[in-house]
Amino acid sequence: MKMATSSERSPPPFPEDLEPEPDEVGDQDSDDGEDIFLGTDNPLEIKMDPSLSVSDITSSTKPLSEASSPPVMDLLSEPASEASSAPMVDLLMEPASEGSSAPMVDILSEPASEASSAPMVDLLMEPASEGSSAPMVDLLMEPASEASSAPMMNLLMEPASEASSAPMMNLLMEPASDDLKEPPKPDIDPLADIINDTPLSEGKTPVAAMPQEPPSDLFDDEPSELFAEPRQSNTAKQQQTSIFDEPDEDLFSEPLGEASKKPQNDFFKEALAPVAKASNVCGPLSDNYNEHPTDIFTEEAITTLPSAVSTVSVNSKTNGVHSDEEEPDIFAEATVELSLDSPRNDRKKKEAAKPSASASAPAPSVSASASKPQPKTLEEVQYITLEEEVEDKFELNISITNPEKVGDGMNAYMAYKVSTQTTLPMFRSKTFTVRRRFSDFLGLYEKLSDKHTLNGYIVPPPPEKSIMGMTKVKVGKEDNSSAEFVERRRAALERYLQRVVFHPSLLQDPDVREFLERDDMPRAHNTQALSGAGFLKMINRATDSLSKMTIKMNESDVWFEEKLQEVEAEDQQLRKLHIMVDSLVGHRKELSVNTGGFAKSVAMLGSSEDNTALSRALSQLAEVEDKMEQLHQEQAASDSFCFAELLADYIRLLGSVRASFDQRMKTWQRWQDAQNMLQKKRETEAKLLWANKPDKLQQAKDDITEWEAKVTQYERDFDRVSATVRKEVLRFEKEKARDFKKQIIKYLESLLQSQQQLIKYWEAFLPEAKAIA
Amino acid sequence: MRQEEQNGGCFQKIANIARLAAQHDDLQRCCTFIIMTSTLDDSEKEKARSVSVDLNNDASLLIDIPDALCERDKVKFTVHTKTTLSSFQKPDFSVPRQHEDFIWLHDALVETEDYAGLIIPPAPPKPDFESPREKMHKLGEGEATMTKEEYTKMKQELEAEYLAVFKKTVQVHEVFLQRLSSHPILSKDRNFQIFLEYDQDLSVRRKNAKETFGSFFKNMVKSADEVIISGIKEVDDFFEQEKTFLLDYSSKIKDSTARAEKMTRSHKNVADDYIHISATLNSLSVDDNTALKKHLEKFADLFEKLRKVEGRVASDEELKLTELFRYYMLDIQAAKDLLYRRARALADYENSNKALDKARLKSKDITQAEEHQQQCLQKFDKLSESGKRELTSFKGRRVVAFRKNLIEMSELEIKHAKNNMALLQGCIELLKSN
Repeated sequence: MKMATSSERSPPPFPEDLEPEPDEVGDQDSDDGEDIFLGTDNPLEIKMDPSLSVSDITSSTKPLSEASSPPVMDLLSEPASEASSAPMVDLLMEPASEGSSAPMVDILSEPASEASSAPMVDLLMEPASEGSSAPMVDLLMEPASEASSAPMMNLLMEPASEASSAPMMNLLMEPASDDLKEPPKPDIDPLADIINDTPLSEGKTPVAAMPQEPPSDLFDDEPSELFAEPRQSNTAKQQQTSIFDEPDEDLFSEPLGEASKKPQNDFFKEALAPVAKASNVCGPLSDNYNEHPTDIFTEEAITTLPSAVSTVSVNSKTNGVHSDEEEPDIFAEATVELSLDSPRNDRKKKEAAKPSASASAPAPSVSASASKPQPKTLEEVQYITLEEEVEDKFELNISITNPEKVGDGMNAYMAYKVSTQTTLPMFRSKTFTVRRRFSDFLGLYEKLSDKHTLNGYIVPPPPEKSIMGMTKVKVGKEDNSSAEFVERRRAALERYLQRVVFHPSLLQDPDVREFLERDDMPRAHNTQALSGAGFLKMINRATDSLSKMTIKMNESDVWFEEKLQEVEAEDQQLRKLHIMVDSLVGHRKELSVNTGGFAKSVAMLGSSEDNTALSRALSQLAEVEDKMEQLHQEQAASDSFCFAELLADYIRLLGSVRASFDQRMKTWQRWQDAQNMLQKKRETEAKLLWANKPDKLQQAKDDITEWEAKVTQYERDFDRVSATVRKEVLRFEKEKARDFKKQIIKYLESLLQSQQQLIKYWEAFLPEAKAIA
Repeated sequence: MRQEEQNGGCFQKIANIARLAAQHDDLQRCCTFIIMTSTLDDSEKEKARSVSVDLNNDASLLIDIPDALCERDKVKFTVHTKTTLSSFQKPDFSVPRQHEDFIWLHDALVETEDYAGLIIPPAPPKPDFESPREKMHKLGEGEATMTKEEYTKMKQELEAEYLAVFKKTVQVHEVFLQRLSSHPILSKDRNFQIFLEYDQDLSVRRKNAKETFGSFFKNMVKSADEVIISGIKEVDDFFEQEKTFLLDYSSKIKDSTARAEKMTRSHKNVADDYIHISATLNSLSVDDNTALKKHLEKFADLFEKLRKVEGRVASDEELKLTELFRYYMLDIQAAKDLLYRRARALADYENSNKALDKARLKSKDITQAEEHQQQCLQKFDKLSESGKRELTSFKGRRVVAFRKNLIEMSELEIKHAKNNMALLQGCIELLKSN
């Protein structure tokens, strides 16, 4: 069911559909919330129901109670994410400091979107990925992330601690295993810190002070319970659950009910006012939420009073207070996000929403450092915009000119002048020119794609080989079509090279620099279509596509799933459009030819005409039609150059995009294989342990360590490739939008120009027609 | 300019009616709709009249075809007459006529001996719905490969094309009658008056197989005859000139007509391509979620608009240019027929001269031969006289019609190009602004 809802959700079109979105986020959020309970502490799951029922009382229907508006969720998320990351951050200083670096941020965001597809996995993934940048944490997190596959987790847990294999417990093990490897003390410390912090910050507001009491109690109990428990025997389980029951009731279920209920009010107010009335929450809430959030929050707190338990109301009030504090941040962020494209936006929403649920327990009380994650995302935003600006200001102009035939016969080839103008310090001089032949371009692509495709980069592909076109040129026919072919290829090569150098990472590649600068380029090998290497390449490609088919990737990231679908659909549409534009070019050429024929025929008719004025007019008409022929011809050329070529480029580029997706899939497969291997090794170890063969045990343990390292490595690879692919795709889309816009405008201008010409011709003809007497 | 816009409005109106009727997928069935040509305003009618002939505005006999009904292969025209002539019983009346009735009238006129010296207006061509029908068929086949939107647009385009053909058919029939009505002699023809007045179905018999063969045979004889009599020395320089001119002109204009048709057809293809491109761009924009989405939408929208203008350009070129050439191709054929009849009469006269000489030699049947010779001479003189008149008026008519159509066409071309420009400029500005 959850899968279904998540797959239905497409990247919401921001900002137009601002209203429906809260619903989505809310849905997802409550989903996550549930999962979290499933994840961190199983017993809590039982509490979910009462919590929901609480909200049920106040709101008429369950789904409605699950609705929430993003700003509020952000609010909640802040303390939440803080809570989840804080202990770790405090524990290990590195991740905290590195938290602002780009890869880290990206990684952070991933689990958020993954959360929607496989909630359980995400939960575990989340802390895992957060820690993944710090080696220390990695070790801790490894089991946690592996917990994503349930059976394996069981396995893992058994050796890790002596706790029972009861499914309920398994998830609890995760923190437990943390404890095992780290001294338990620090774990509690951060929590305590947080609690210590909170009064300080909340002390400023009188209301906030109130709720501090119960939470701190809870925390005292809870962490010790939580972390101590796994090491206890099975019998402790019963007791533990009972202990959990009480604090949970207050802390988890009710705040949650509150959390879900309040946002819902906002949401109602914006979108479903009548419904909100039905749930008798909304009396005085009348103003626009975005404009007067403070009012709403405080009012809500009051309105919820009668329906909820007293503690809840207190909590809700603190929430209100929090919101007051955090609002500037949230809205600042929201406005920034508006300017970004929607997928990213969506992602961030999820990201924000996710942690909120993941640690909803301490959420209401932890507020001191709540705003931390927010600046982080802001930073990210700034980073991206900065990067954009840098890209725009690229001081590098590349042009390809003077295609020239070198040699004779079948060994002839076209050489192109590649001129570079730059102010970049990485080049030796400001302007330089080299001569390159087509196969050099292909060679450059081969080199780049060998190096960068592995990392998930989208390497722009060069224009295709055309044996037909080239043979014509080689044979030396100086006709129209071969000149057109050369020009088309020249332009395509230019665009290709420009795409390469505009790619910030590819530009750094020494091969690119060499290609642009070096005078005597070694001849590129293995680019011939019919060579042995070409044949090998073909075989490789075939096996690749075969293995691709065999990989059944259990896609855990909706973003990638949706993007891949989008790319495939787009590819199809572009191909169709390309065919259409080709047919337009064909028809336009036909029109040109027919117009020419008509012009000649009319000229003949004019010569036969015995009325002098009419004869003159007819020959004028013939001239106009002659020009028209030229005009149609030119237009057909610009149809083809501006429009069809653009489409062809992007069909090729989409191929590269897909290749990067494939690469990601391959790294995933490698990671999975390694995991399976590790599992096998562990099974062996368990067997050996059972058989009590200590001599081989050491070997098995070594194996496990080795494979654990590999799994970590591969997983990191996968994460890295995923992050790269995501970044690349976003970059690609941005480039595409810019490119398309530019080309469309260029194309329209060509159309405009030919219409202007047309007007000129006919206006010149009009007096001639009028002169017929 | 303004007139054209009104016409556009009318056309739209008709198109709407047609679309209502064209709910069925099968175009043949949906042929059954009424064209409310009567909704067209005066300017439209004036345009219709001026398609290829310029007629003197004689108010004594005004004929138009206010509406027509198309069922399967048959087209039923309502012929409306308004007259002040006393030879008609009523001043205002309408009768239903089919295409075959027009053919009958034409044939009757051609066969009338008295009109041998006149250029008989060419018979309207048979309603030809083959091309849109064929296209419809193709469209049905290609339905699976098209998006729904694309299909709908193509169908609309086809319906519009079908409608244009229909309208053209009505026009050529109307023009035929109007040329007759404006002719001083032909307008008084008995058959013509019956055609206009008889309020029942004329139910003219179709030509049976024998007759069809007969007319074919007659044509053969005529062409053979033409070759034979071409050896006869022309006595009149005027006719000598006219003959060479018409022969030359006829072959040239035939070529031009064919080429103009080709040109307009490929122009239509271009307009059709715009539909596909627009539809594909649209579906591309649906999938897109980046900033490009809006651009693509605008681009698709622009193509949709461009396609309409381009389609208008194509159909206007067809109406103003191809139809003009086609009509004069037929008219020249009629003029050539007149020349043939005159040449035949000349040959007859020469023969009768020879016969008279022979009779004088033999001193036998001299009076008879003299009579015959006189008759032939009279006939020839009469033909020559009226032929000269007809050909001169034909020349004037042709020049005026060409002038009018060429002016109208260039004005339309300019207008459409300006429309296109405005669309393009608007779109470019929109794209540049965001």
